[in-house]
Amino acid sequence: MKNNVLFLQGNEACVEGALYAGLDFFAGYPITPSTEIAELLSYRLPATGRKFIQMEDELSSMCAIVGASLTGKKVMTATSGPGFSLKQEAIGFAVMTETPCVIVNIQRGGPSTGLPTSGSQGDVMQARWGTHGEHAIIVLTASNNQDVFAMTVEAFNLSETFRTPVVLLFDEVVAHTREKLTMPEPGEINVVDRLHTSVPKGTDYHPYLPREDGRLPMSDFGGVHRYNVTGLAHDMWGFPSTNPTIVYDLMRHLVDKIQGHTKEITRIKEFFVEDAECLLISYGASARTALHVVENRRERGEKLGLLELQTLWPFPADVVKKRCASIDCVVVVEMNMGQILHEVKRVIHDGDKVFLANKIDGTFIAPTDILDILRIIQGKGA
Amino acid sequence: MAVKDYIRERFFPHLWCPGCGHGIVMGAMIRAIEKLGIQKSDIVVVSGIGCSSRICGYLDFHTLHTLHGRALAFATGLKLSRPELTLLVPMGDGDAFAIGGNHLIHAARRNIDLTAIIMNNNIYGMTGGQSSPSTGYGDLATTAPYGNIDPSFDPVNLVLGAGASFVARTTTYHVTSMINILEKAITHKGFSVVEVLSQCPTYYGRKNRLATAVDMMNFYKNRTTPIGSKDKEKNPDLIERGIFIQEERPEYCAEYAKLIEKARSQ
Ligand code: SF4
Repeated sequence: MKNNVLFLQGNEACVEGALYAGLDFFAGYPITPSTEIAELLSYRLPATGRKFIQMEDELSSMCAIVGASLTGKKVMTATSGPGFSLKQEAIGFAVMTETPCVIVNIQRGGPSTGLPTSGSQGDVMQARWGTHGEHAIIVLTASNNQDVFAMTVEAFNLSETFRTPVVLLFDEVVAHTREKLTMPEPGEINVVDRLHTSVPKGTDYHPYLPREDGRLPMSDFGGVHRYNVTGLAHDMWGFPSTNPTIVYDLMRHLVDKIQGHTKEITRIKEFFVEDAECLLISYGASARTALHVVENRRERGEKLGLLELQTLWPFPADVVKKRCASIDCVVVVEMNMGQILHEVKRVIHDGDKVFLANKIDGTFIAPTDILDILRIIQGKGA
Repeated sequence: MAVKDYIRERFFPHLWCPGCGHGIVMGAMIRAIEKLGIQKSDIVVVSGIGCSSRICGYLDFHTLHTLHGRALAFATGLKLSRPELTLLVPMGDGDAFAIGGNHLIHAARRNIDLTAIIMNNNIYGMTGGQSSPSTGYGDLATTAPYGNIDPSFDPVNLVLGAGASFVARTTTYHVTSMINILEKAITHKGFSVVEVLSQCPTYYGRKNRLATAVDMMNFYKNRTTPIGSKDKEKNPDLIERGIFIQEERPEYCAEYAKLIEKARSQ
């Protein structure tokens, strides 16, 4: 297996994961700190007969992947902060038209141009609510190269299963950290392919009529079924409709197909949680620091645990609630001003025992940032 | 096949106002495709937002009704992943020249094999008559109540400058020539732009003393002239119609196929 061990950046691990999952088409636009993903794919995709295109802007990159996805291709784009803002309208289009696609956002310091080369986790809420209108979306993250790879494969799988855009919300620290990646063998991780309709030519195909299990088998553009795809509210034919019953059913379907499968979509990692008295909840790069603190304190006999979230949206409320039930204090560790903190407080109904250890100045969150908070909680002073 | 075999009757009546030019353009598109004998399942229509973009849903092809201004970006992704399909991109003037201007010039630069059919009615129809980048100097619009002072684009020169390899202009009055031009544009390997002057009697017409569709079509008849005609020499204000350029140049998807060969051999 030695040959399968690579030493690379998080951005490269993401590329490897995407190729493993069967990426066919990538469109992007240069932006720090995600550019390596586009650069690498411009090299790798054509060499296997697949397509890479550098578009004229962020908006068109997002639009181009949706167009390509409708021909049956697995598609991805990658960006960062400002580019993620620019893509939002077209992400909403993918939500509304139920077009599978993967969007990588390597978070950097914001708002605006902010800190282009610094890590941040400031886009958690934007990933959830960035596009206008009521909707649901899947957002995954990871704290190390092995998990970046695995979550990238998961992103494609979930996007095909639920016919939805999936956001890979990584951050600059993870994206640019060089470390080991053990390449899984083909078949080692499950890869979900597109679900195609079995409706034969000449029989009416209803592109937006969910099956009993809520899934919508697709037909490729260029195939035997010709149908309409629109960002307007639409009926089972994909034709615009303002009929309240049709609109209601569509809205419920769009949200329920994701919120109703939260358990299936939830990916978490737990460290020393069984007997923990105090629990850190973290994700992405921050979880690296959190894990370091937990391991360190365990050596001293402190009953500290870590719940690392890999699915951020739909928020794994049940898991968090269950894990926090018998815990004395919870510290959310993140590089923003408390975006996941609010979610945790919301779901455990005991906000007084939830604290925040964070960093917002562009530097990476350090063990002392967490230890200082723990000392205050334990009444040891700052 | 009859025209009705190309439309989705289920979705009629259409939403266009009486006298609107867009139905004429849709009819011409169908006739051009019928003449060319392209199979319905080999055609994809991608549109943006606006009255013109609604053509998409009525046609029995693969149809993708997208975002305001972004039709060409969606179409680029679609075409590049399935180059064997024929792509038609109906757009409006606001859609193509304002919010989607960037995609227009870059599609032209790449010379990707798409046919952009830009229905220019010099106004935003769907939102109720606001001025667009092709509203004339002094024209009235709901956002130009004192008369428009913004100079307009010259769409033909815009896309010529950006590298389009097929550029033509026609009008809803000249239907036979429109069908002919569309046939050539669709057959052309590369980015084709066909500007169709298409009347909006409801907003542009009413506000600018051309209250009926007939007035507007007479305007197209009397104020346009074939490219290089004698009339144009006498009256430089006449708008030229016809094919401005039709040139073989490397097409993007064909170039991409070569790039793949190169990448594979390295
Ligand atoms: S508003 Fe103008 S462009 Fe729109 S349908 Fe009516 S006439 Fe046609």
